[in-house]
Amino acid sequence: MKKISTLDDLKKAGDKGLKSLFPGSVKIVVGMATSGIASGAREVYEALSAEIKKRKLPYILTGTGSMGMDFIEPLVDVIEKDKPRLSYGKMTIDKVPQLIDQIVKGTIDKIKPIYRVDEEDIIAKKEKKQYLKGALPEYLREIPAMYDIPFYKKQVKIATRNCGIIDPENIEEYIARGGYLAAQKALTSLSPESIVEDVIKSGLRGRGGGGFLTGVKWQSCVAAKGDIKYVICNGDEGDPGAYMDRSVMEGDPHSVLEGMIIGAYAIGAQEGYIYVRNEYPLAVANLTKAISDARSRGLLGKNIFGSNFNFDLKIGKGAGAFVCGESTALMASLEGKAGEPRAKYVHTVEHGLWDRPTNLNNVETWANVPVIVARSGKWFSEIGVPHSTGTKVFSLVGKINNIGLVEVPMGIPLKDIIYDIGGGIPGGKKFKAVQTGGPSGGCIPAKMMDLSVDFDALWEAGSMMGSGGMIVMDEKTCMVDLARYFIEFLASESCGKCTPCREGVRRMNDILHDICAGHGQEGDVEMLESMAQGIVDGSLCALGGSAPNPVLSTIKYFREEYDAHIKQKHCPAGVCRALIRYEIAAKKCTGCGVCAKKCPSECISGEKKKAHKIDQKKCIKCGICMESCKFDAITVK
Amino acid sequence: MVNFIIDGKKISAEKGTMVLEAARANGIDIPTLCAHEAVSRSGACRLCVVEMKKGKRAKIVTSCLYPVEEGIIIETKNERVMNVRRLVLQLLMARCPESDVIRDLASQLGVDAQPRFAADEDKSKCILCRSCVRVCEEVVGVSAIGFSCRGADKAVSTPFNEDSAVCIGCGACAFICPTGHIEMETTEETRKIWGRTFKMKTCDVCGRYFAPEDQLKYISKKTGVPLKELAVCTNCR
Ligand SMILES: Cc1cc2nc3c(=O)[nH]c(=O)nc-3n(C[C@H](O)[C@H](O)[C@H](O)COP(=O)(O)O)c2cc1C
Ligand code: SF4
Ligand code: SF4
Ligand code: FES
Repeated sequence: MKKISTLDDLKKAGDKGLKSLFPGSVKIVVGMATSGIASGAREVYEALSAEIKKRKLPYILTGTGSMGMDFIEPLVDVIEKDKPRLSYGKMTIDKVPQLIDQIVKGTIDKIKPIYRVDEEDIIAKKEKKQYLKGALPEYLREIPAMYDIPFYKKQVKIATRNCGIIDPENIEEYIARGGYLAAQKALTSLSPESIVEDVIKSGLRGRGGGGFLTGVKWQSCVAAKGDIKYVICNGDEGDPGAYMDRSVMEGDPHSVLEGMIIGAYAIGAQEGYIYVRNEYPLAVANLTKAISDARSRGLLGKNIFGSNFNFDLKIGKGAGAFVCGESTALMASLEGKAGEPRAKYVHTVEHGLWDRPTNLNNVETWANVPVIVARSGKWFSEIGVPHSTGTKVFSLVGKINNIGLVEVPMGIPLKDIIYDIGGGIPGGKKFKAVQTGGPSGGCIPAKMMDLSVDFDALWEAGSMMGSGGMIVMDEKTCMVDLARYFIEFLASESCGKCTPCREGVRRMNDILHDICAGHGQEGDVEMLESMAQGIVDGSLCALGGSAPNPVLSTIKYFREEYDAHIKQKHCPAGVCRALIRYEIAAKKCTGCGVCAKKCPSECISGEKKKAHKIDQKKCIKCGICMESCKFDAITVK
Repeated sequence: MVNFIIDGKKISAEKGTMVLEAARANGIDIPTLCAHEAVSRSGACRLCVVEMKKGKRAKIVTSCLYPVEEGIIIETKNERVMNVRRLVLQLLMARCPESDVIRDLASQLGVDAQPRFAADEDKSKCILCRSCVRVCEEVVGVSAIGFSCRGADKAVSTPFNEDSAVCIGCGACAFICPTGHIEMETTEETRKIWGRTFKMKTCDVCGRYFAPEDQLKYISKKTGVPLKELAVCTNCR
């Protein structure tokens, strides 16, 4: 492949990329990230390919990453000359012939697109590029524009700027959207110091959890003594339910590479590592391809962009332990040692990987860097709120209508994420709380819906930004059970090195189990609080240091639920099996007998057309009867 | 020299000194379980924590690993510190109910067992202080033992719990273990440790059994001193 060493080379490669992004003929793009594949994107892709072949159509078919709308995947985009890009959701194999019919005939009469995109915002270049030429065709007037639908309206895409748009395996499409322009500018016309300064000015804080100022971290790594320095990308992403980093690595791997090239140049590193967990095979594959393409184009290796800067990247694979996302454990793991943290009184920016100065940043942090360098730190700092600038990607999961990945400006009110973007709670249930910051984050109750989503406000509320997981809970969630669930996870993920975390978290787990099982004792809450303080203070690393958060925050906001479990032996949400009973209201029961048939423990009896009864002694509290009753006669107490 | 305060006392120490040593040199006692002088420090037990104030911020640090800094104010016995120490000891008492070392240390510090923690039955006396693993690696140089599993299941063992081919039967791990968890049985002719039985060697001079043959062979190989010269016990040397 032709090397890219000048701005002109970059332009040429970008022009090729533009041709494939905005082709003169029909192009069909399938969202093939892990989330898409899980909902059947591969089958849809194959069906499309077969249909196109069968009809001998000159259509181009490619894959892309995820747009974040998991709730309507598989997503298929259709791009036709001079027309808006149209996105079709919930595609199935059956709908494939209809879709092709529509394209051939120029209609949308059988399946309606969810939204259209008239022009593409190329944020790294501060440019817009038109799909639509001329007036919007009459038949597309009813289709909303992408940024008019509630899911996207309040989103601003910087870190995920290319996800779901480009083919992640096509370096030229990345370049076409302004990719590697920032690296070219940095390496050929900016001094390392000025880059560090601009990143400081941008206010960018680490997206991996700690929220440390990225530029300041870079500066200490610059100041550290040593000829050999490393940069590392943390793609471990161990939080259950979180997948923002996976999405970026799968959907836009070059954005991470470019960020790392710029960072390495600014810091004076010659080598870098991307640490990804083995459970992310597609991320590993796309990163591997990206590294190999970048290398063959001369964007990695010696004398990048004709400068005297040399840099190369390797991928390190993790075995999927949550603790390996912690910086010192990650470095130990990269060195081939057990993934255990060490005390950080000796900073990794001075003594990191193989005892050399090392700068570690999260995937999303790195992905932001090229845009900051391209558009300036000042531009970035004006997005978001003063001490939390830019955007943050969240994975919105749990009891929420629009499950997916969203990128929003910092400081957005929590309620905008839950109701506008997330579309509220399914089944008409009430919103109860949201867990932010992953398993060791905290719960924010519904009454704090106006909270500004930024590093400091979340911290003050007893939670944290973490890496961006958001688990939404409805009224049917028991907060004690929830705390128990997270603590159980953390107890099993403790590396076991230090006493408070290894022993303390599991003892908290025991007490929470007791409370949920009806064996809670007077004073347990105070005991949990005092243990939490000891574990937070005494643990060696931040896993133990933050593990008690889910307990502390649920005690803070839902103390009455703990009391109900302990004192009244009652679970208000009707979740903890030992504390609930299912009952049939005689007045409502029609005696249809459906519940009796469904009950796996055969403990419901009654005559036909007469009120039925549950034998409480035999009831296993599975709740199947309640789900099966059409007359809402069964309640849980 | 670096100047700072521990428990209200003005102290100065050389740069690089750990808070623990600085305190001890000045008669201030800080309890420890994993900071053995023969091996490098891991910060595993967390018993030695102290509170450090720097400017407005006060945080808990590990005194055995924290190098002294100009102007810091250390408190080694305030309530926040004691809360951590109490918890650590109660957790270790529940883990190792049979360890008299832990029980005695707890009673010295006025800490009672926590009845809310059910006593473990499967951990014996190991508190996972890491001294044995470190002495085997750093001092003996054979790395015959290490850790298996993580979290509460973490345990010291030979790899895969099989007989270790590299163990020389020196017993350094058993000697360093603060709680006596590691079982070593030495009779006249044999020594049993980590599931293996080692043959002991007699002293060429007095004829008494004094060291495992494998250990002497290992020392000879490592130092180049002929095995014959090593076959004399310390008493007769
Ligand atoms: C238990 C634990 C798990 C962590 N997991 C991750 C992770 O999966 N990804 C990540 O980027 N940071 C993780 N972190 C935070 C890292 O230690 C580190 O602060 C971060 O990667 C630094 O990058 P940033 O400054 O760009 O945020 C974890 C921290 C702890 C204590
Ligand atoms: S806090 Fe937990 S994870 Fe961190 S070192 Fe201690 S035992 Fe390991
Ligand atoms: S066996 Fe003894 S020395 Fe080894 S870790 Fe356990 S308590 Fe420490
Ligand atoms: S003595 Fe310092 S942590 Fe164990």
